[in-house]
Amino acid sequence: MMHERVFGSFDLFVLPFLVGMVFVLLFCLFGLLRILYQLSREERLKFYASLLNPANIIKNLKDIFFDCLIHVKLWRRNPLLGYMHSSIAFGWFMLIVLGHLETWFYIPERMELIYYPIFFRYFMQVSGTTVGGALFFFLMDFFLLVVLSGIGLAVFKRFRSRALGMKRTTRLTLLDYVALYSLWLIFPLRWIAEGFTAGVAGGSFMTVPINMLLSSFMKNPENITIAWWAYSMALSIFMFSLPFTRYMHIPTEILLIPMRNAGLKVRRHNKGYALAQLYSCPSCGVCIDACPMGLHRRSADATVYMVRQFKRANQARSLEIAEKCLMCQKCSSLCPISIDATELRLAFRSRQKYNILPDFQYLKRYLALSAEDDSAYAQAQNGQTEENSSGNPVMAVVSSIGSKVKSIGQKIMSLGSSSKEQQENIGSEKVLYYAGCMTSLTPVVRESVEKLLKASGVEWSNMDSGRSICCGRPLFLSGKMEQARQLVEANSEIIHNSGASILLVSCAICYRMFKEKYSLEGVRVMHYTEYFNELIKEGRLKVKRSALKYVYHDPCDLGRGCGIYEEPREAIERAGHLVKAGKERKESICCGGSVGSLALSYEERVHITEHSLENLTVNAPDCIVTACPLCLTTYAKQSEIKVEDFAQVLVENLK
Amino acid sequence: MVNFGYGLTPSSAVKIIEGEDKLYRKLCEMEPDVKKCMACGSCAASCTAGDFTEMNLRKLILSLQRGYYQQALPMVKNCMLCGKCNIVCPRGINTRHLIMSIQKIYNL
Repeated sequence: MMHERVFGSFDLFVLPFLVGMVFVLLFCLFGLLRILYQLSREERLKFYASLLNPANIIKNLKDIFFDCLIHVKLWRRNPLLGYMHSSIAFGWFMLIVLGHLETWFYIPERMELIYYPIFFRYFMQVSGTTVGGALFFFLMDFFLLVVLSGIGLAVFKRFRSRALGMKRTTRLTLLDYVALYSLWLIFPLRWIAEGFTAGVAGGSFMTVPINMLLSSFMKNPENITIAWWAYSMALSIFMFSLPFTRYMHIPTEILLIPMRNAGLKVRRHNKGYALAQLYSCPSCGVCIDACPMGLHRRSADATVYMVRQFKRANQARSLEIAEKCLMCQKCSSLCPISIDATELRLAFRSRQKYNILPDFQYLKRYLALSAEDDSAYAQAQNGQTEENSSGNPVMAVVSSIGSKVKSIGQKIMSLGSSSKEQQENIGSEKVLYYAGCMTSLTPVVRESVEKLLKASGVEWSNMDSGRSICCGRPLFLSGKMEQARQLVEANSEIIHNSGASILLVSCAICYRMFKEKYSLEGVRVMHYTEYFNELIKEGRLKVKRSALKYVYHDPCDLGRGCGIYEEPREAIERAGHLVKAGKERKESICCGGSVGSLALSYEERVHITEHSLENLTVNAPDCIVTACPLCLTTYAKQSEIKVEDFAQVLVENLK
Repeated sequence: MVNFGYGLTPSSAVKIIEGEDKLYRKLCEMEPDVKKCMACGSCAASCTAGDFTEMNLRKLILSLQRGYYQQALPMVKNCMLCGKCNIVCPRGINTRHLIMSIQKIYNL
């Protein structure tokens, strides 16, 4: 029981949609070619190869389904927000798919007309008395209801975004508004248009009642085409504005996901893979609430605005936004698209031109020097620090020799006793301790780490007790990659010459640099939270539990940067009672001292620190613990309660 | 004119040539905070590069203000941008950005 209602299966009203659709398809094709052209040869080959890999294909399809259609990350953030996005995306997708299925099912020869499945109800009259027909009618109306409920939520969100878990939303551009309103209009208009034809072409629980309710108006066949024209026009306006608005994320994300899964990296801030990232930003505004810079005023420096300025190629504003960022990565860890905001900024920073570039040739002289009289220099330095800490140089030397003898003794003991755990026992490995630049402003960190190392009796030496070379991360973050490499080389040489198998780092910033940018073969880079937690587990370091309430601050580079959340917490839990911060782990708030920001002023930093401290002290802890010397200095300046370093806490609670 | 028995000596410290002054003024435009510097030397005392080289931000700023930039500028090549000077600065000057601006504006 079905036949085509319209002779020639064409009506003028399909034209606006058709032209809009062709425009979007051409634009996307052009954009795709442009992005592929901008990739380097290796990147392109890597991308194509990954498209042929079956495991990757499955992963791509899975990611596209869960990220683009279901918006899993938004569901996790706020169920209502998740429902809003997935109802529109998945609902619309299902409407399109069902339209095509219906066409294919009833009149396959019309599949080649792109507009036909979209306006199927207008062209075809199908009986709802068969099971298949009734099912199609029901599903179409069901998904229309799903989309309409999503649109309803979207309208509601415009007025009360807090109910959907968003304090602030993005300031849209004029074109964004055009696209937004046309998108809102598409589905009510479709409902009305299908309601008009429901009397003649059939419908289900959504379309038939509206046809009956407004029967005197809707039964008039002259109104039918007007309704379908309106629907087609709304679609057309949306299609024509799509490439220039945030809705470009819909097609681009389908490209971005395979590119990311292929392992491509951002090189230029607005070329190739980065361009795919820019166009994938849906301006949802999750990054605005996430950004620690936008706490006291409406931030114009959040990632969503950076993306906008990068797209517009506004150099001055782009630079401002790129240089201000703390690089704490909170926005990208919460971003539903996982846009590499820091990588994009870094790429922009590295494009800056400087007349005078740093040159660290002078370090070579230092390296040659230290290789010659390495031991003498180190001993002199060790003696000096001992003198400072104990106040009695003779006793200090004696005790240091004592501890060395003890440690060697223990090493022999451990060699003799344990055979199985030999390889896993990190306490018996030779450790090189690198404190980092920032630690020289907080000597308590170094002192505490040294005390802990002595207490656990491991064999260790200092890498930078005297003069030290920066790890290179600040240079890297300022976009001076080549200069950072010089420092990496210099440090690598020192580390390899030391013969140590563990590089112990007490600074989160350095740790990330060593982990990501150094290739230290045979040397395991460990953050002191990992290392001391391990030593406690092995029983080499014994701590007692105090009655103090601690709160732990996740340093950006350690938590979001390197994924270390558990180790410090485990260790602190043994030394006292650990309370929760307002927001922690992935959502921890940067202390405000970050070396990542180049242009943030002192006053702005103070505000960020203030807010970060408020967040840490919601559960009234006695002491704030952090595992980064920079966070320690920053907090200590402003905190009303005690701020201590991780190692300091362990030292205080040593058995 | 009354002779008081003493006279004003011409300043030997400041020797500003027009071109050099122009650069300094440009620097002040980009980094207004540079005028806040009170030459306390905290930056120089905490400097990582200062352990190896002549790098001394206090001296550099003073030299730029006085127009002796050819002698002082080479030291800006040594900076590792570690940011300690930024933290210790009692005047809250963004020293890292200042150094980067100097690297941008001036030429050796």
